[in-house]
Amino acid sequence: MLLIVPTLVFLGVFFAFPFLITVQYSIGVTDQFNRLIAGGFTISNFVSAFEGLYFNIFLRSLWIALATTVLCLVLGYPAAYWIGVKSGKMKNLAMLLVIIPFWSSFLIRTYAMMSLLYRGGVINQILLQMNLIREPLDLLYNPFSVMLGMVYNYLPYMILPLYASTEKLDLSLLEAAQSLGANHVKAFLKVTLPLTRPGILAGSILVFVPAVGEFVVPQLLGGTTSVMVGQLIWNQFQSYTGSWTFGSAVSILVVALVLGLMTLFLRYVTKGEAFTI
Amino acid sequence: MRKFGDKILKSYSVFVLAFLYMPIFSMVVFSFNDSRLTAAWRGFTVRWYIELFNGSDIWTAFYNTIFVALVVTAVSVILGTATALAMSRYNFRGKSTLDGYLYIPIIIPEITEALSLLLLYVWAGVPLGLMTIVLGHLTFAIPFAALVIRSRMAGFDRSVEEAAQSLGANEIHTFLRVTLPIISPGVIAGALLAFTQSYDDFIKTAFTRGPGVDMLPTTIYNLARRGGVSPELNALATIALSVSIVMAILWQKFSSSK
Repeated sequence: MLLIVPTLVFLGVFFAFPFLITVQYSIGVTDQFNRLIAGGFTISNFVSAFEGLYFNIFLRSLWIALATTVLCLVLGYPAAYWIGVKSGKMKNLAMLLVIIPFWSSFLIRTYAMMSLLYRGGVINQILLQMNLIREPLDLLYNPFSVMLGMVYNYLPYMILPLYASTEKLDLSLLEAAQSLGANHVKAFLKVTLPLTRPGILAGSILVFVPAVGEFVVPQLLGGTTSVMVGQLIWNQFQSYTGSWTFGSAVSILVVALVLGLMTLFLRYVTKGEAFTI
Repeated sequence: MRKFGDKILKSYSVFVLAFLYMPIFSMVVFSFNDSRLTAAWRGFTVRWYIELFNGSDIWTAFYNTIFVALVVTAVSVILGTATALAMSRYNFRGKSTLDGYLYIPIIIPEITEALSLLLLYVWAGVPLGLMTIVLGHLTFAIPFAALVIRSRMAGFDRSVEEAAQSLGANEIHTFLRVTLPIISPGVIAGALLAFTQSYDDFIKTAFTRGPGVDMLPTTIYNLARRGGVSPELNALATIALSVSIVMAILWQKFSSSK
């Protein structure tokens, strides 16, 4: 029992307590050097977070995260099914090919996406060679490149938990359903889908929650039209004109939103198992 | 009909896997391309790698990043093993709640954690440096290590420990000679994960490093942000990526031999 104490103390001091300080900042008043003024109290930071421009950034982040989750699920499910059920001898290789991007940093993979899409990149070179275009296309810095980068980065986070579910599929149940007269679609909807539900839920959480606060992808691949809430927070702390109190308020809202959604979600997930990495 | 469907499924999956590798492939190939401006192939060269390492900053960034990752790995393996042992052996009140809480530092958007750490350090007056980065990384590395080690501990047969103790081994002896060898694949897997998480981390590193502390991810970010795509950065990112690939291969080795 005592073995767990050091971890709890550590997470208390370096994870939970800092959030209390963030709460204090979010309702505090600071001087021009972002130092808290004793006794100051305001809710104006939360109020301005809900104003036009900032609220739109919130909505856009939620929308991009949701779209990323759905696209990753739709794109990843068949691949996870193939790896888990049909890949046979190629299974280890296929798994390794999913694990490698899962283990590589978002930053490097996002940069790799830049190197593919920029004006001098491979796609433009191929199109130029084939005489399909005369001038290189601006494939970067638009909402499309952000979505592409999001799906590209998060796809392994969807495929791995899905695979954990498809791998356990009992194929004889599918055969039973079909021999009892269910067609492919019906067998899929009534047997495969419910059995892989833990993987779908786990994958969706693993993609959606971090995606809401994503910074690197929209920052490196996005233009000014697809700013996400992660960038809003970053700018408050990493630029000289930023406001730490406003950044804290936005951050608290993100955490509250994410934890709220997760609590609702977790009621439907089988404990622990669905998350096994 | 069925065979045909399987073929479509297979080609589709190969396409998805190819999608995961196209950008990486392009980056690696063109780190060897003898052209500064575009991806049009102008012949093989390693000069970008040589030019890269002529700058001393890159060496410092590498050294710092590896140093931080090793310290993070050591601490999270020790605390993660202790946590995993406690959680797999004892039933106590609030255990399942605690189980859920361990996931929060892993899953929560990292930037919210990063800024709260910065505020903590400012509040406590701690000067930013390598140690503040280490402490920041540990909040996700310890839970990661604990969860991985615990999942590998499932099915652990405690009667062998009891046997050792009834034969006269004390607790420390039992742990070192009996328990540790049995759980070591899980411990190694936890160490690999902790190392990679720290090595790859950008957001927390950016918030908790002091001014002038060069780290690999922050160097890559600054170059990409300021100069966009360049052959030197292709080379740097390729080297950085190769470490992650080695880690992923080791991970698969250890997790498939359970």
